[in-house]
Amino acid sequence: MAEQRDATTSLAEAQSSLSGLMTRLRGGMPGGQAGLIGLLVVLVVVFSLFIPGFASVGTLQSFMFQLPLLGLLSLAMVVPLITGGLNLAIIATTNQCALLMVWIMNSLLVPDAGVGATLGVIALAMLAGLALCLVIGLVTGALVAYTGVHPILVTLGTKSLIDGISIYLTRGRALSGVPEILSSTLNGSVFGVPVIFLILIFAAVFVGVVLKRTAFGIACAMIGSNLEATRYSAIDVKRVLVGVYTMSSLTCFVAALVMVATFNSASADYAQSYLLVTILAAVLGGVDPFGGFGTITGLMVALSVLQVISSGFNQFGLSNYLTLAIWGATLIVVVAAQTLKPYLGDIFSLRRRDQQEKSA
Amino acid sequence: MPDALSVAGAVPHASDGRAGLTRLRRRPEFWLLLVILIVGALFSALAPGFLSLPNVIDLLETYSVQAVMAMGLFVVLVAGGIDISFAATASVSQYCAALLASQMGLPAPLVILAGLLIGTALGCLNAALIFYLRITSIIATIAMMSVSFSLLMYFSGGRSIYTLPDWWTTRITFFQTETASGDLARITLPIVLMIVVALVTWAMMTRLSVGRQLYAMGGNAEAARRIGVPIARLHFVAYGYLGFTAALAGMLQAHRVGESVPNAFANTELAVLSAAVLGGASLTGGIGTVPGVLLGIVLLAMLQNGLNLLGVSSYFFQIVIGLTILVSTSVTVISSRRGRRLRGIGEASTHG
Repeated sequence: MAEQRDATTSLAEAQSSLSGLMTRLRGGMPGGQAGLIGLLVVLVVVFSLFIPGFASVGTLQSFMFQLPLLGLLSLAMVVPLITGGLNLAIIATTNQCALLMVWIMNSLLVPDAGVGATLGVIALAMLAGLALCLVIGLVTGALVAYTGVHPILVTLGTKSLIDGISIYLTRGRALSGVPEILSSTLNGSVFGVPVIFLILIFAAVFVGVVLKRTAFGIACAMIGSNLEATRYSAIDVKRVLVGVYTMSSLTCFVAALVMVATFNSASADYAQSYLLVTILAAVLGGVDPFGGFGTITGLMVALSVLQVISSGFNQFGLSNYLTLAIWGATLIVVVAAQTLKPYLGDIFSLRRRDQQEKSA
Repeated sequence: MPDALSVAGAVPHASDGRAGLTRLRRRPEFWLLLVILIVGALFSALAPGFLSLPNVIDLLETYSVQAVMAMGLFVVLVAGGIDISFAATASVSQYCAALLASQMGLPAPLVILAGLLIGTALGCLNAALIFYLRITSIIATIAMMSVSFSLLMYFSGGRSIYTLPDWWTTRITFFQTETASGDLARITLPIVLMIVVALVTWAMMTRLSVGRQLYAMGGNAEAARRIGVPIARLHFVAYGYLGFTAALAGMLQAHRVGESVPNAFANTELAVLSAAVLGGASLTGGIGTVPGVLLGIVLLAMLQNGLNLLGVSSYFFQIVIGLTILVSTSVTVISSRRGRRLRGIGEASTHG
């Protein structure tokens, strides 16, 4: 399938000019998002009709409290995915960063510290966390870029290494003791919108703008489409790749902040089950797992779909395990529908050109 | 892939001996064996009990379950795919078989057949999703993993089954011997099964046409299709075989521990994948050998066991695995790339 698609893509690219390519990159995978938004609307309507109290401010608020962690982790996953890579170490990075921050805050804060001292320690902890993520990102990026080992393998190794160090140092225990001032700020709300949700929005807009409007972002998509062609276009592929994994790792720092706020503690094994879910969310949002295509808007719509499904089924009183199963099934159905659409269109209308456009 | 070229022996060197050595140097198995020998020598010097027969046998038995799964995963990797769901498949078939045996009291052959059928069916479902619905293998199998594992946890409620029948949990010893120190060393069913599965996989991949076709498909699916390789059938063979070995490993694991725990295989998938990849199976397909994958398992097993014997904290083990994966994959790729440059063939992409 990959070869087939590549062949069609290169043919289309040869015909269209650079501006045509840019609109394609901006548009992401054709047809995916409209269907997804439709699915979101249908889900919300159906749940509102069948679950009393679903269409309420409370549901919306819990939605906004639950989404940020998965959302930020998915953002960290999407950037490498667009370059045709993968970062399996995002959860490990996030956990280790959270552990470091909580540890610093724990060991440096005395019980009766003044507000100034507390804020200073929090700033120091955040700085240390940021530095840690920066180092992890740079090392991962350098390994991917300069050794040429497949990113799945590199990040499998770094994940194991980072997790190992966290578990070794904490002996698997959770660290608690987040300063009141930090947790109350992060768990607070501005005009009814949770602070952590605002953080997610800011991060998403930032990543979205970087991917769409900067030379770096265009280079990412080009690497995902064709690494060699990008190299021959005088783009320093290695530097871009280092940047990609650094950006992914820095997003983990933001995720670590949200994690510290929501769990009020840190541990080496929090949120491990999210690792594969972030890939599901990205693919559901139209990110091509081979790289090259994908938008942050699509990802956010997909995350909303997943979270609405989760909230709805929770209010039905169904177990979390069932939610995960339904997430998986949703992905299969949506991707299958995208594959089958051209064939169905062919049967109903026999429009050959339409089919060609969609299979590209 | 260029590695396949060098393995095939198209290296025009002056002397046969040197060519053989260069060829050998580019095989990941060679480096792996070297590392294993060094690590083995190190551990046996530091930890006296390391090379004793009972310890080695024990090591083999502990890792037999992972080795059986790795054999199936190897076939899928060679075919150019990847499967994340096999650990969930193993859990599902193990639990279903355990239910049939303990609740309905079915006889042994029926239970084993049912377990293997469930595993194979789940594998074939993966193949159908990947081939007919064109879902990328990693995405399809991640989705299938969450579906099957979550449904298992939902319907089982996370409860373990302790009442396995005797035929299942009784140890079967094929050969036993007493060492000089008086310890018993037993060759048990898991070890024998592991050897049988490895031999069958090896024979299938190197002696049967289906094996050559799988290598061809993994190397270049489109080229394979155009020379008449049945791509659809091969997908079902590869993923079905992995489902089969996963189910076998699942039931073997219940045999070893004497109970069926629904989440016993949590996080096994990445460990087995690491072992297969350490052993030289390429994620891009078409490359890999059965001995290599077995060596990968042996290396991880030795590291864990040796560190244990040395009294190093088991928490430390994961750090070692991480470093091993990073170092070994980097060395393999860099050394093969250097070889490629010498032969003047353009540097191929290993990214994506």
